[in-house]
Amino acid sequence: MGMTIVQKILAKATEQASVKVGDVVEPRVDVAMSHENAALVINQFLDVYSGTGLEPNVWDPSKIAIIFDHRVPAESSKTASNHKKIREFVTAQGITKFHDIRGDEGGICHQILPENGYIRPGYVVVGTDSHTTTHGALGAFSFGIGATEMASVWTLGTVLNVEVPGTIKVIINGELSEYVSPKDIILHLIGKISAQGANFKVIEFHGDTVKNMSTSGRLVLSNMSVEAGATAGIVPADEETLRYLREVAGVTDEIEFVLPDADAAYEQIVEIDASKLTSQIACPHTVDNVKPIEAVEGIKINQIVIGSCTNGRLDDLEIAANILRGKKVAHETRMLIFPASWKIYKEALNQGYIMDFISAGAVVMNPGCGCCLGVHQGALGDKEISLSTTNRNFKGRQGNPNADVYLCSPAVAAASAITGVITNPSKGVN
Amino acid sequence: MISTVIAKFGDDISTDTIYPGRFMATVLPTETPQYAFIDEKELNAKLNSKQVPPNSVIVANNNFGCGSSREQAASTLKGWELIIVARNFARIFLQNSINLGLRTIICPTIEANEGDELEISETEIINKTSGKKFAIEPLPQARQAIIDAGGLIAYTKKKLLEKSKKN
Repeated sequence: MGMTIVQKILAKATEQASVKVGDVVEPRVDVAMSHENAALVINQFLDVYSGTGLEPNVWDPSKIAIIFDHRVPAESSKTASNHKKIREFVTAQGITKFHDIRGDEGGICHQILPENGYIRPGYVVVGTDSHTTTHGALGAFSFGIGATEMASVWTLGTVLNVEVPGTIKVIINGELSEYVSPKDIILHLIGKISAQGANFKVIEFHGDTVKNMSTSGRLVLSNMSVEAGATAGIVPADEETLRYLREVAGVTDEIEFVLPDADAAYEQIVEIDASKLTSQIACPHTVDNVKPIEAVEGIKINQIVIGSCTNGRLDDLEIAANILRGKKVAHETRMLIFPASWKIYKEALNQGYIMDFISAGAVVMNPGCGCCLGVHQGALGDKEISLSTTNRNFKGRQGNPNADVYLCSPAVAAASAITGVITNPSKGVN
Repeated sequence: MISTVIAKFGDDISTDTIYPGRFMATVLPTETPQYAFIDEKELNAKLNSKQVPPNSVIVANNNFGCGSSREQAASTLKGWELIIVARNFARIFLQNSINLGLRTIICPTIEANEGDELEISETEIINKTSGKKFAIEPLPQARQAIIDAGGLIAYTKKKLLEKSKKN
C-alpha cells in the first residue's frame, strides 16, 4: 500500500522508508514560525532551559521565522513591550528570518513565508498560529502548534510525539464561473464536511480545478482547511508550484517534490463540482454555517473588510479594484482593505488598485492581520454587521460579541461595498 | 472524586469564546485566568468570584476549543484548575491543554447539565445527579507520555538533558 503526502513527508523527516497512520514520530522541522506570540514562546523556552545548567540557544536560528503582523503598529504599550522583547531575543539568538514592522519587508506571516521562498515542497513547517495550514499550498506539511510546543521545537529542532494523521482526499473538478473563486470552494467544503469534519486529519487537494489554480488560490484552500478542523491542507507540488517558487519567491536552488503515491490509502474521498458553485457565504457564528449567496442577498452591511492571510493577495485586490473602479462605497457602509504584505501593497500601488480603492471611499490600511482577530483597526459596534474576506466569524471575532461577521470572497465583498447590502457579483455590479 | 459542573456548552466553542483575541497581548499564565470566558459574563463573574473550587467541570459537546492556536485558551482554564469534559476536542487546543497540564477528558457520550455532580474515575464518569454512566476515551499513548512527564516543558527538559549527555 502506498503513502499519502503527509506519510511521505513524515517518513522523509524521520529518515524512515515508510510510516503508517497512527505511528508516533518525531520529525525534524524545516521552518518554525511565530508572530507576536513569540513573546510567550520565549518565556517557555527559557523555562525549558532553567535549572539544566545549559546555555539557552535555539537549535538553528536560520530555521526560525518571526513575523510581526497581529498588532502592527503596536496598539498598546503591552504589545510594544512584547515586540521589544522579541526583537532583543532575535538579535541575541541571530534569528535571520525576522520581519519587523517595515514597509520594505513586512506583512502577514502566511504571506511572508511563501513570498520569500521560505517554504518548499516536502518541508515540515510548524507555526504558533492555526492558519499555518496555509503553507500546505506549496506541498509542505504545515501545521499549527501552541507556544509551549514551539519552545520545545526551538530547543530540539523536532516536534515530539506526532501521530501520523489519516488523510481525506478532496477532488475538485470543473471550471469556476466568473466571480466564483477558491474562497467559495473552501467555504463550500467546510459547510459540507463541517467545522470538525477533518479533525486530526490532513486534507489533500486534487482535481483539475486545483491543477489549474494559481498558488495564490491554493493558499486560500490550505489556509482555511483548519476551519474544517484539519491538521493540514496540502496541495501536491507541480509545475505551478515551481513557477511560483522561481518567479515570485525568487528561489534559485534545487527544488525537490514530495508527492503522494498513486495507490495511497485515504480515509475518505470528497468530490466537488466547482462548475456548479455560486458565491458562498459563511453566516454567523460558525465557519461551517455556509449558505449560497442567494440565501442571504440583501442583508445590510456596516463594515466590509478585504484582507487577511486568506484573501489579501494581489489577485484578490485586482478583482476588488476591477469591481470598485469608478464606483463609490455606499453611504452608511465603510470599507477597510488590508493588503497581505507590503510587497503586495507596492504592486497594488503600481497597478493603480490603491487609487481605485481610495477614490471609491475605501480606507487602505497597513498590511497586517488588522481587525480579523478583534484587537484593533476596525472593531464593530453593537449589533453591527461585517462582511469580510477573512477566515473566522466566531462570536466576538472582530472585537465585539454583540456583532455579526459574514465571510465571503473578495468579489462579493467589493460588489456589496457598492450597494451596502450582500450582493451577488455574478448578477452584475453596475 | 466528586466534581460539580459549573457550565454546560454545545458544539464548536471557539478559542475566541474561551479567551478573546483582544486579550492576547497578555501571555503570563498568572494573568490570563481573569479573562476566561470574559464575554460569557455570568461564567466569568463566577470564576472571578473565587467561589469555584478546583476540579470543577465545564462540559461541552463536540469540537471544544476550535479556532486559534493561542495557548492562553488553555492557560486561562488551567489557572482556575478546571476540568474540561467534552465529546471531543479540536486538535491544537487539546495538545495545548496536555502540554500545560489542563485536565481534558474525552467522553463521547457525556450528558450533564450545570449543577450536576460528576464522579470522575480513570475510565468513566458517573453523573450522580442523573445516575447515568459514560465511558471515557483514553488519550493516545503519545499524549499520555507528556502528561506522565508533568507537561511538555518537563518532557522537553528531559529530552534536552538526554541529548546534551550524548553530545
